[in-house]
Amino acid sequence: MTGSAAAPASAPASSEAPPLWPEAGYTHIPFALYDDPAIYARERERIFMGPTWHYLALDCEIPEAGDYKATTVGDMPVVVVRARDGGINAFENRCAHRGAQLCLERFGNARAFTCVYHAWSYDEAGKLIGVAFEKGVKGEGGMPPSFDRGDHNLRTLRTATRAGLVFGTFDHGAPALDDYLGPEICGRIDRVLPKPAKVLGYNTQVLRNNWKLYAENVKDPYHASILHLFFTTFRVNRLTQKGGIIVSESGAHHVSYSMLDGEDADAEYRAAKLRADSDEFGLREPALLEGRDEFGDGITLQILSVFPGLVLQQIRNNLVVRQIVPTGPDRAEVVWTHYGFGDDDAALTELRLRQANMVGPAGYVSMEDGAVGAFIQRALPGAGGRRSVLLMGGEDVGSQDSRTTETSIRGFWKMYRGLMDL
Amino acid sequence: MPDATTAERERRNGAVAEVTALLADYAACIDADELEAWPDFFTADCHYKITTAYNHAKGLPVGLIYAHNRAMLEDRVVALRKANVYEPQRYRHIVSTPRIKGGGITGGGITGLAEDVIEAEAGFLVVRTMHDGTQDLFASGLYLDRIDLSGNRPRFARKIVVLDSDRVDTLLAIPL
Repeated sequence: MTGSAAAPASAPASSEAPPLWPEAGYTHIPFALYDDPAIYARERERIFMGPTWHYLALDCEIPEAGDYKATTVGDMPVVVVRARDGGINAFENRCAHRGAQLCLERFGNARAFTCVYHAWSYDEAGKLIGVAFEKGVKGEGGMPPSFDRGDHNLRTLRTATRAGLVFGTFDHGAPALDDYLGPEICGRIDRVLPKPAKVLGYNTQVLRNNWKLYAENVKDPYHASILHLFFTTFRVNRLTQKGGIIVSESGAHHVSYSMLDGEDADAEYRAAKLRADSDEFGLREPALLEGRDEFGDGITLQILSVFPGLVLQQIRNNLVVRQIVPTGPDRAEVVWTHYGFGDDDAALTELRLRQANMVGPAGYVSMEDGAVGAFIQRALPGAGGRRSVLLMGGEDVGSQDSRTTETSIRGFWKMYRGLMDL
Repeated sequence: MPDATTAERERRNGAVAEVTALLADYAACIDADELEAWPDFFTADCHYKITTAYNHAKGLPVGLIYAHNRAMLEDRVVALRKANVYEPQRYRHIVSTPRIKGGGITGGGITGLAEDVIEAEAGFLVVRTMHDGTQDLFASGLYLDRIDLSGNRPRFARKIVVLDSDRVDTLLAIPL
């Protein structure tokens, strides 16, 4: 690399630079937050290593002792492991010796975690248990007498589980998971995970935008009927619909939900079925809209987010855990884990698979979400010093019955701004 | 490839030619943006799924697209034309020579298949060109096909598109 006049990303702003975020509150968001490498680094330290909880796994993914899953917290590699005592451990997926990745496979089972590079090995809790040639060979070489394995354990995460969702935090002083989530969010998580889950499949969507643009989009019910035209195009009568927005007291997490009572939900399907034969704009195969009220409360849609990067989604019988993974200031990924339950009958599984057409990178109702963040990201050059506007539904953060509101996005920024100290 | 008589080889080569022509027409239809003609490459009760190699290998059933008949494919085309928002883009498929896995036309090998059914697989690459000229290798994978020869033209009774990668860049609008 040749010398460059450009200042390093971490350089302090010059004294003439205007303040990054002049307005108080959460209604005006500086565009600089979406592409500044210094902000990205600060997020890693203050958000992803801060007093926040991060989705790691479904506990059904690691059922047996020694089962592990390699994943990330933010962009940091971690391993989550089922311990012999049934508990769940998590630690950084990085050897304490030279920093090589320890687990190379996404899933596996191991009694110990041994680095391929120099065979340092760690137990199920990330404790260093073996150093190759620690005493040298034939009395030559080896570690100095002062070397203490206990100084070289892997950095661990504290873990906790809610309704089969395994979370981890690097901050051992973080509030308890249930307190972090709050009672309303806990209840809504339990609602869609009332019994042991079973994974139905994975995929990953690559986003050409900053991770926060996806997190905001998830919390934005304002765009839903405007950007996503599937239901209106096929004249699927949404019979609208009770629902609302719940924002946790911290502002950090949210639930957006809507409901049809059972009769209306069936009526929607029957009407679509009638139209299929007569209406050129109807769905030719309305089976896509067929569903079961499996949780018995008439709620047909629930989008739940846990700050910073978890989305738990129910669209009728399609159940998905989405993990938002930052991969750079202008890149992110969404890992989609579709699930059902161990006692699903074949017909219910079929409903889940059909309805999966609605979501994901090819989803009728959500493919646009993969692109809209990039439309913003691409337009960022020149936006420095300008701010996006979040005034829909007022300036506050709180639960609302209306879904034409940006209250839960403001909640995201309330939490974000506090943690980032901006 | 197992030993085969001349007659068996001729039948197999006939099947290769049949499937090659079908795949060429199929890819050309998508690449030319003639999506309205795409569902007619399938039987009325077809199964079409796009999945990933990981899900496929682990027996995980979810698909990126999952259709249990041709009507669902027709709905997808209408959605792409009228409902979904995505930037103009084109695909260019490169499809390998198919391998015949079985079927009546091979004169045996797979039992339980009718005379006029072929099972075949073919590798594919898809380059995606965006409206601004950006080009990427968008997908590579395997077509696992069951082809019904009983109609007025060969059609897919089942087409499982197995993507080599889990990752999809931005969105998958146009079918593969």
